[in-house]
Amino acid sequence: MSEPLLNVTGLTMRFGGLVAVDGVNLSADTGRITALIGPNGAGKTTIFNCLTGFYKPTSGELSLAHPTRGKVSLQTLPGYQVARHGVVRTFQNIRLFPRMTVLENLLVAQHVGLMQKSVLGIAGLLGLKGWRTAQKEAIERARFWINRLDLAAVANEEAGNLSYGMQRRVEIARAMNTDPLLLCLDEPAAGLNPRETAALGELLQGIRAEFGIGILLIEHDMTLVMGISDHIHVVEYGRKIAEGTPAQIRTDERVIKAYLGEPDEEELPPVVAADIADVAGEGDRV
Amino acid sequence: MDASALGTFLQYLINGITLGAIYGLIAIGYTMVYGIIRMINFAHGEIYMIGAFVAVTTFSLLSALGIVAVPLALLLVLLVSIFFTAAYGWTVERVAYRPLRGAPKLAPLISAIGMSIFLQNYVMQTQGSRPKPLAPVMNGGISLWQGDGFTLSISYIQLFIIVLTFALMYGFTQLINRTALGRAQRACEQDRTMAGLLGINVDRTISLTFVMGAALAAVAGVLVTMYYGVIDFYIGFLAGMKAFTAAVLGGIGSLPGAMLGGLLIGLIEAFFTGYISGAYKDVASFSVLIAVLVFRPTGLLGRPDIEKV
Repeated sequence: MSEPLLNVTGLTMRFGGLVAVDGVNLSADTGRITALIGPNGAGKTTIFNCLTGFYKPTSGELSLAHPTRGKVSLQTLPGYQVARHGVVRTFQNIRLFPRMTVLENLLVAQHVGLMQKSVLGIAGLLGLKGWRTAQKEAIERARFWINRLDLAAVANEEAGNLSYGMQRRVEIARAMNTDPLLLCLDEPAAGLNPRETAALGELLQGIRAEFGIGILLIEHDMTLVMGISDHIHVVEYGRKIAEGTPAQIRTDERVIKAYLGEPDEEELPPVVAADIADVAGEGDRV
Repeated sequence: MDASALGTFLQYLINGITLGAIYGLIAIGYTMVYGIIRMINFAHGEIYMIGAFVAVTTFSLLSALGIVAVPLALLLVLLVSIFFTAAYGWTVERVAYRPLRGAPKLAPLISAIGMSIFLQNYVMQTQGSRPKPLAPVMNGGISLWQGDGFTLSISYIQLFIIVLTFALMYGFTQLINRTALGRAQRACEQDRTMAGLLGINVDRTISLTFVMGAALAAVAGVLVTMYYGVIDFYIGFLAGMKAFTAAVLGGIGSLPGAMLGGLLIGLIEAFFTGYISGAYKDVASFSVLIAVLVFRPTGLLGRPDIEKV
């Protein structure tokens, strides 16, 4: 089997005496949706933060199989280089540029290419032709995602004025405008209603199918996770406790325990035990 | 109002706009740096002063070389001054502010004040403390209107200052609003972390902000040198204070605010000097600042930071 797009081995992150992530291995591959689940405080967001250069991991290897640059160790790159190598993320609490329009938010994401073509913006100021073409292409690409995510009506509104659900979509559109290899989404369904969540699931599946990029997803909404993931990793207290397909995870005893705690008494009435397994399987928010 | 009173008024207006345009150029540097790293760069006045010194040096160098054609000399002086002053601006950020990026807000502020004192003394030591004169570069002017014993005129140098400054302000606004670099700067202003996560080199964007602010201050330095014909190592302090006031008056962080604030401060000074007294013109501008801030704490064009709870 060839090297997966992202291969994390032995990732450990310590904050003083606290071990937030402890020797986690995980991988994510092109054309697949990989989910990272676990109870609150399990270390999922810390893993994302290590991945995107936010934290320098205490130890471990975060290896990206870049199609043109070969094997890249993400933990050695400065933060902005991580994005330039094709790993981009969104945040649990949305972080758009609130006083820029939706269109501008998407253009900022295309900054790197535009800056190269405009020689630090000087050519842009002079209105040179190469720059103008590049700018036009950038706007076209932004428009593509604006239409795709149904944001055409608000393209010129300031992002900070949009509704929560729209801001979520802008965030995903913006991430896609960096032309990523791996899209890391931190709880993209948080705060969405069931209809919006379903639409999000379809969108992510569409992106996977059409652009063939890898998607790494942290999510608490089990309906969404079980519905769209190809592979699931489960973490608890900073350690990985299970991985597998949704069907495997649904019935994994350690996962059920992690989510619902161990029963206090041995003699749990069988009916209740079955209920618990059921709930874990159906996957309401825990 | 009789004709000569109107003429006097218009003359003060022209003087005020000239002065205000220069304040505005310096104020842009304050407001941009504040916008991107939320810090008042107290050394910015000194950067402007260095621009003026480079101008005087280059003017004398050019005349020694025999380059006296005004347009060519002026262009060369502007370019040289922008280059060296921008290098100073870049260096100041690199050595005095960047190492303190993660530090509490007071640390870079104190560092800025230290930098300002250092630059003043550095120029005093290397250039001497006596005022440096510059032979007039542009003479003459246009008489706009003549009436009973009164002439309304605009000198060529005033015209040059106003035209160049407004052109620069226009160009700069376009740069911020329409280019990738400008977008990156606004993005860093609003969320530096996120900008980095989208691949923007935040440190370099901040450096470029200092470079651009310094370049505009250099132009202001050149213009002031030509306008007043004399400079010393201390001119950066008061001009810096005025430009800072202008930036706060217009709404710190706001680019049009800095330009508007600069113009207002210049006009207030000119009118106060003309109609009341030159001795108290600074009192007038700072009083206006206080009055505006009482009623609009965010300045004239500043946006209040609305915090969602």
